Amino acid sequence: MRILVCVKRVPAPGARINIAADGQAVDTAFLGFTMSPHEECAVEEAVQLVERHGGEATVLTLGPSEADEQLRYAASLGVARAVLLPITGPDWDPQRTASAITAAITDLEAADGAFDLILFGNESADSGGFQVGIRVAHALGRPMVNGIKGIDVDGDTLRARREADVGVEVYEVPMPAVLGVKEGINLPRYPTLKGRLASKKVDVAQVVPQAEAGGQQMVRLLPAAEQVSATVILGRGPDAAAAVVDMLQEIGVLK
Amino acid sequence: MILVVVEHDRGTMSPATWEALAAARALGEVHALTIGEAADGLVDQIGNFGATVVHQVHGDVLGDYGPEAWGEVVAQAVKALDPTVVLATGTDRGNEVMAHAAARLDMPMVANVIEFGSDELTRVRWGGSLLERCRLDAPVRLLTVAHHAFAADESPVAASATPLAVELDPVLSRTLVRDRVERAAGVTLATAPVVVSGGRGVGSAEGFAPLQELAAELGGVVGCSRAVTNNGWRNHTDQVGQTGTRIAPDIYIACGISGAIQHWVGAMASKKILAINTDPEANMVTKADYAVIGDLHQVVPAITAEVRRRRG
Ligand SMILES: Cc1cc2nc3c(=O)[nH]c(=O)nc-3n(C[C@H](O)[C@H](O)[C@H](O)COP(=O)(O)OP(=O)(O)OC[C@H]3O[C@@H](n4cnc5c(N)ncnc54)[C@H](O)[C@@H]3O)c2cc1C
Repeated sequence: MRILVCVKRVPAPGARINIAADGQAVDTAFLGFTMSPHEECAVEEAVQLVERHGGEATVLTLGPSEADEQLRYAASLGVARAVLLPITGPDWDPQRTASAITAAITDLEAADGAFDLILFGNESADSGGFQVGIRVAHALGRPMVNGIKGIDVDGDTLRARREADVGVEVYEVPMPAVLGVKEGINLPRYPTLKGRLASKKVDVAQVVPQAEAGGQQMVRLLPAAEQVSATVILGRGPDAAAAVVDMLQEIGVLK
Repeated sequence: MILVVVEHDRGTMSPATWEALAAARALGEVHALTIGEAADGLVDQIGNFGATVVHQVHGDVLGDYGPEAWGEVVAQAVKALDPTVVLATGTDRGNEVMAHAAARLDMPMVANVIEFGSDELTRVRWGGSLLERCRLDAPVRLLTVAHHAFAADESPVAASATPLAVELDPVLSRTLVRDRVERAAGVTLATAPVVVSGGRGVGSAEGFAPLQELAAELGGVVGCSRAVTNNGWRNHTDQVGQTGTRIAPDIYIACGISGAIQHWVGAMASKKILAINTDPEANMVTKADYAVIGDLHQVVPAITAEVRRRRG
């Protein structure tokens, strides 16, 4: 199987997300970066599918040149090839991102053959636009289902599962296909030392993307309304148990 | 005219759709779009939320939910009905259908809107930890409404139903739901009245046994943080947070969880929060309603014992 995974570099904030003074971005001065958990699972899924069915996995990102870090992380887990579409300045809007990724995929496929499966995360962790993967799939004329938490290969068909309120929905999608996956589809491995060393030597292909801006324009970021509560300290250590149970009775949890 | 895409599962309308219909009323005259014959019975219920006309679409590939088929229907409805705004639910299905429609119409789409200004919209990012003000340059505004951002208030009118003809390529059946596995009845993490959750501080898979006991004693379920699922101590189905489950119990008991923002967004709808943590400065402690400062391995069994003692 030839598999492509599309990931995004995002900051990894801790207790709170601070906004830069100009309101245009998250203040990342003291933050590390990562890829979204959904995409980490997409990378793991690609590696597992290649282990089971043979073939090769490629990882692609559109982002700042520093996103090289996330590509090499994917490589350290077992992805063979990496492609960076470098941009400078603020994030591109979803339409622009999707058309640049579509163009890159078209070029990669012209050179080396079609991908049987293209994986995205269900949504990016930071902007949460819920659309780039779907736009790419439509532009390529391929089937796409989002929110996938299980993939089995059956000949030319993918059996894909997704969780809904009432239970699990099963889709049977013909390849070549595009799927958006959610965290929980697998438990991503940690990179081995050997993997990390190998990832340093991976040749990251760079293609400067070109695409027109879409119709959604960010004006500024705003903090979400914060819940402020004066915490009532019920006590220290096991001696607090009586006060806790009093509270549970008071709020009606324990009758 | 504002067109609301009705989210339903084989004829059962989702509560998120009630919210979308209620939100739409503030924007203008509301019409609704139902997809598939199974939804034909929803006209009165839709009227209760103020939509005057229900456009009903039938088709061979609409026997069950399918993201591509539904997206294509919405795209054709936009062309046929010429709405100024189209609203869908900010759920797995709603966001997905709107993105498929937007891709087909080659128009922008804004997900999870919480405020509609005259020319600016406010939407959520980071699963709700951050907001974005944005502008939209488009002939039709394709939007989804963030779940729980609007009250599902009723405003009954007599809605009329009218068929809407569409042409659907049979190839769209490739992404229809083929099969379903119903969930066993019982309390789930999303609906439990009590959630006893453990974080890295629990230390191991076995360390969850006392949390399980307390949860059982209180008629609740066990949850966890991502540090726990990453360590393989619990299944991801137990994870609370941005990339896990959003919960809203009467009480959330967070044991050995630091309260990172991505965890907090999943827990913040809880009515009350009790944090049990060795660190009095932990974010979970400072944001909680109640806290016990101490080692969860001692505190949790003591609470369980006290509950049992009072029950006699
Ligand atoms: C894009 C993105 C999405 C994410 N999504 C999620 C998500 O959905 N859910 C989620 O949970 N996380 C999520 N995370 C991860 C999140 O940022 C944190 O890393 C994670 O929540 C930390 O888990 P924790 O609180 O258990 O561990 P830690 O942050 O390590 O905290 C452990 C806590 O336990 C306390 N402790 C230790 N020992 C004891 C003891 N014996 N008794 C009492 N207290 C003790 C410590 O004081 C500390 O407060 C996400 C991260 C990113 C970047």
